[in-house]
Amino acid sequence: MTGAFVRPYGDTTGDGRVQVSFTLPLPFGTQSEKALAEGAAMQLAAKMGLDPAMVVHAKGMGPDFTFFVVYGRVSHLVDLSQVIVAEREFPLLSPAEVNLRIRTGLGRKLVVVGACIGTDAHTVGIDAILNVKGHAGEKGLEYYREVRVVNLGSQVAVPDLVARARAESADAVLVSQVVTQRDAHIDGARKVAAAFDAAGPPRPVLVVGGPRFDPSMAASLGVDKVFGRGTTPGEVASYLAHVLASDASGSSRVPAGTRETTGEP
Amino acid sequence: MRARLNLDPSQVRRARDLAARAGQPIVEIARTHTTVSVERAVLRLAGLRGADANGMPWVNHVVDAVRAAVGLEHGVALPAWHALVTQGHESLAALAAAAAHGTVAFRLPVGEDAAAARSAASAALVGGIARIDANRVRRDRLIAETADPPTPWIYLIVATGDIYEDIPQAQAAAREGADVIAVIRSTGQSLLDYVPEGATREGFAGTYATQENFALMRAALDKTSRELGRYVRLTNYASGLCMPEIAALAGLERLDMMLNDCMYGIIFRDINPRRTFIDQRFSRQVHARAGIIINTGEDNYLTTADAIDAAHTVVVSQLLNEYFGKEAGLTDGQLGLGHAFEINPAVPDSFLYELAHAQLVRELFPDAPLKYMPPTKHMTGNVFAGYLLDAFFNLCGVMTDQSILLIGMMTEGIHTPFLSDRDLALENVRYVRDAAGRLGESFVPAPGGFIERRAGQVLEESLALLRRICDDGLLNAIADGTFGITRRPADGGRGLDGVIMRADDYFNPASDILERRERAGSADPASRPASPVGADR
Repeated sequence: MTGAFVRPYGDTTGDGRVQVSFTLPLPFGTQSEKALAEGAAMQLAAKMGLDPAMVVHAKGMGPDFTFFVVYGRVSHLVDLSQVIVAEREFPLLSPAEVNLRIRTGLGRKLVVVGACIGTDAHTVGIDAILNVKGHAGEKGLEYYREVRVVNLGSQVAVPDLVARARAESADAVLVSQVVTQRDAHIDGARKVAAAFDAAGPPRPVLVVGGPRFDPSMAASLGVDKVFGRGTTPGEVASYLAHVLASDASGSSRVPAGTRETTGEP
Repeated sequence: MRARLNLDPSQVRRARDLAARAGQPIVEIARTHTTVSVERAVLRLAGLRGADANGMPWVNHVVDAVRAAVGLEHGVALPAWHALVTQGHESLAALAAAAAHGTVAFRLPVGEDAAAARSAASAALVGGIARIDANRVRRDRLIAETADPPTPWIYLIVATGDIYEDIPQAQAAAREGADVIAVIRSTGQSLLDYVPEGATREGFAGTYATQENFALMRAALDKTSRELGRYVRLTNYASGLCMPEIAALAGLERLDMMLNDCMYGIIFRDINPRRTFIDQRFSRQVHARAGIIINTGEDNYLTTADAIDAAHTVVVSQLLNEYFGKEAGLTDGQLGLGHAFEINPAVPDSFLYELAHAQLVRELFPDAPLKYMPPTKHMTGNVFAGYLLDAFFNLCGVMTDQSILLIGMMTEGIHTPFLSDRDLALENVRYVRDAAGRLGESFVPAPGGFIERRAGQVLEESLALLRRICDDGLLNAIADGTFGITRRPADGGRGLDGVIMRADDYFNPASDILERRERAGSADPASRPASPVGADR
């Protein structure tokens, strides 16, 4: 094998050995049920490309399910020249890294104002991103020592959002839109962008999010970033640190030091 | 429970005294204020349920209308029952519907009118509380007819979002060995200022807590309890902006345990501190009456703060929860104080620290049904290492006589547990329980050794923090980020606009009954232990 191709490594180069576990909705009671279930597991393993495969463990779970552990050899080769690395415009950072980046890149706390706008009363999304409680095993932005969060909650009028963002010297504004009837989320996002444009500089980084947004829509909505379904607080924090607290050489949209650091002890 | 740590009893006493001193001003706030949710809970206990066509509950309509007309400082009951008895509405629901249309003129009655309204309201609440009492008797009877499982109880979670999917999953989990089923709520329900209505089939990463969902799940688990010959307990969450109402619904539908922490909503959901403390006192009075075991949320602090550095904040919060709980009428057997196995496994002696912390909590609260939570923070996605860590958690749990074990999943933080994850987790705890269930009787930490010294140190640190809280005031300590490293000022957060100072003639027929019975002494059922938890230790 050349360097451009690899196979899984069990205990010998190129042996292709892997381990998988899965559950089938089959009973594992009588001898004939057991034989059928193990045969089914073998068939699945073969279709997954495991040849030869060995069911090393099968256990009934309740009357209707069986759990399997299977070892086998995969015949597939991994062609390294064909590996696609997902490009992300910003690196995913841990909370400590985000805090460090803000301290060194911004030199003060990063201020985030968040809201659900218009008639949308669904704060689930914005709270999942902002509350300490967080989402998907990640703490929300309130947990980050170097981030100051102002969560305005639901049904915030766009002019109020603009005024509050100004009053708080917000570096970033997060807007969540869950309601999508008649494309309310699209209209809402555009209104926010227009309002901040009309208010003049300094314009905070505008981020909108919600389960029905397509992340490629940012430019057409006039906002800086769109987050779709399944976004975690860590992704949002990493993005904000990236655009607002880059190194001093800075692609930073809002240069550090243009405003007074206020308030927060 | 065996004493193993050689704790100084005078220090333990001092810690309790300090917790009481820190808590007293808070209780004073709770005694002199009410909230919109407390008032709505009064109406729920009187039997008002249902909602308008948009799903807004009738209790919200009545409380909002009364507030707009005469304010809530006198309580909702006087104006509401005055309108009911003088304006010919045939039921509370009819009154509520009229109130929603703005066709009820709520007034504050005086003299004989007030007496008539009081007596009608009291009669309605006697009926509601009687239903809670009957549920308590029924629970005891069902336990007698089936069996009470030995501790540690195994606590498993279901959370599909659809109550009709939750039910078969909960029944399957019970058959696989779960003693306690928790139905996780939809994300963010704690921030709704109303309780959704009816059976619900969609939620965000959980299922809405509603009266109908409670009833459906309890009925299903009653069936399973009979089938298995052991009583399967049901848990939900009396937290968030509607804490008192959810507590009332739990009592009315015979839930058995409720998450109910004095500070969780403040720290993790940014709910206003005053609102939370007022709501939790009423909630706990209801839980006390209903024989419900509360579960407190100290485990959460360790998901934000370091589990070694912040170990004493857990103890301090437990002491506060104990003080507030007992003040509201809960017995030791109803105080499911929480803590967790969250120390970084890379720290040398991490298991010894865990043993010291778990044993300290056990000895400080010998008769409380402690709820011990599995590792979450240091579950990395390496499911094999996670499975090992869960086994050590289970071992620590049996060695230190924990009462309720939430079962750790090796796929914690990766996905909603697979069926197989749950099965493996139960296999893990069964192995540990069978292999080492009696290890506790031989577990005697060396006098003066690491475990004893560490427990003593945490107790010392707890005392120091309690002294500071007594000096600064608990609300200031919370504002300073003492718990869960999150700062929450007393006038910040959600729900403060729903807090109302009581007038001298404030009338709450539910509180009147709940507080009268609390004071009635030991012959009263509410002062009996809620369950035989602890009896077999």
